[in-house]
Amino acid sequence: MQDYLSTFVRSIFMENMLFAYFLGMCSFLAISKNVKTAFGLGIAVTFVLFVTLPVNYLLENYVLKQGALNWLGESFAEVDLSFLSLIIFIAVVASIVQLLEMIIEKFLPGLYNSLGIFLPLIAVNCAILGGSLFMQQKDFPSTGVATIYGLGSGIGWLMAITGMAAIREKLQYSDIPKPLKGLGIAFIITALMGLGFMSFSGIKI
Amino acid sequence: MNEKNKAILFNPLSKDNPVTVQMLGICSALAVTSKLEPAVIMAISVTAVIAFSNLIISLIRNSVPGRIRIIVQLLVVAALVTVINEILKAFAYDVSKQLSVFIGLIVTNCIVMGRLEAFALGNKPWPSFLDGIGNGLGYGLILVIVGFFRELFGSGTLWGFRLIPEAFYEAGYANNGLMILPPMALILVACVIWIHRSKDKNLQEK
Repeated sequence: MQDYLSTFVRSIFMENMLFAYFLGMCSFLAISKNVKTAFGLGIAVTFVLFVTLPVNYLLENYVLKQGALNWLGESFAEVDLSFLSLIIFIAVVASIVQLLEMIIEKFLPGLYNSLGIFLPLIAVNCAILGGSLFMQQKDFPSTGVATIYGLGSGIGWLMAITGMAAIREKLQYSDIPKPLKGLGIAFIITALMGLGFMSFSGIKI
Repeated sequence: MNEKNKAILFNPLSKDNPVTVQMLGICSALAVTSKLEPAVIMAISVTAVIAFSNLIISLIRNSVPGRIRIIVQLLVVAALVTVINEILKAFAYDVSKQLSVFIGLIVTNCIVMGRLEAFALGNKPWPSFLDGIGNGLGYGLILVIVGFFRELFGSGTLWGFRLIPEAFYEAGYANNGLMILPPMALILVACVIWIHRSKDKNLQEK
């Protein structure tokens, strides 16, 4: 239980995908112009992370890692397929996104319409692949912890993009130097939010 | 090389820069620039991946059905990145440790996918290859600028060599620790955008 809770809190605050590692920055900057769409994208990212992480965790531990193929028989104990992990992970992410798109379109047309183009684009969001790569690096003890890590990272990303969108909505009324308008000021605000989030680092749970 | 190809190669360096104008590939631009060396290695790897994936996708563009093109593109890019990853592990192990997951994340680097979708799908192989090189260099330019300032002011070194003399430190000079922290990379990129856009008024946003 301790494991679950600390992984959850760590992945939301201390290891926030956006502010600690800058993953998923492109869609973060491009789609944070109003709160509603930003929130929709955040939910979609959270959901995809939540689904892909356990799948990739099982693949990593029962197919890819050195000695992971032990269940096939003794002779496979030496096989190390970890060089294939990138291709496998991205294929899993892309196909799950495709699958999700079909399922949501069939059963939840309302949500489908509100997410629109963002859904297929999630396949190339660095935060999703980043989640799987960090999972591989961190060597989680069980599938449950990996799932919670996915959920937490997603929620952290959701929080970040929604906050950013709220600030940018207000910024429309402020007087910014012309060359900094738009992209420039968005960078500076992200930096300040990142500095704020750094106050969480060093907290031990 | 005619005029058109020259424009394809050199436009991404300034007025069509992938990072500051097209807003692509920002994630990795920030995370690897605290030192100059990883920044340069990252820039070279990304350039190689964009150029060759552009070339390959452009060669097979007429035989890939539109519906599954994203998955095909991802697989081509992932294969190229795996090759680069193994090369780095073999010949530059320290740097590949420093870059950790960010080499893997070239797969989802928006510059690669963006150029594939916007250019390689509709153009012949040779211009696509040039477009890849150009965009890689434009991305590398920003990486090197940011990496240069962060390493110089953050650790007082360049490429690992001490540049600021000991006498300065004895006189009370101290390294700026803020430069090493990731948010500073964002502020430096914002400064680059600021200077770039006040020189070139066409790029300013309304």
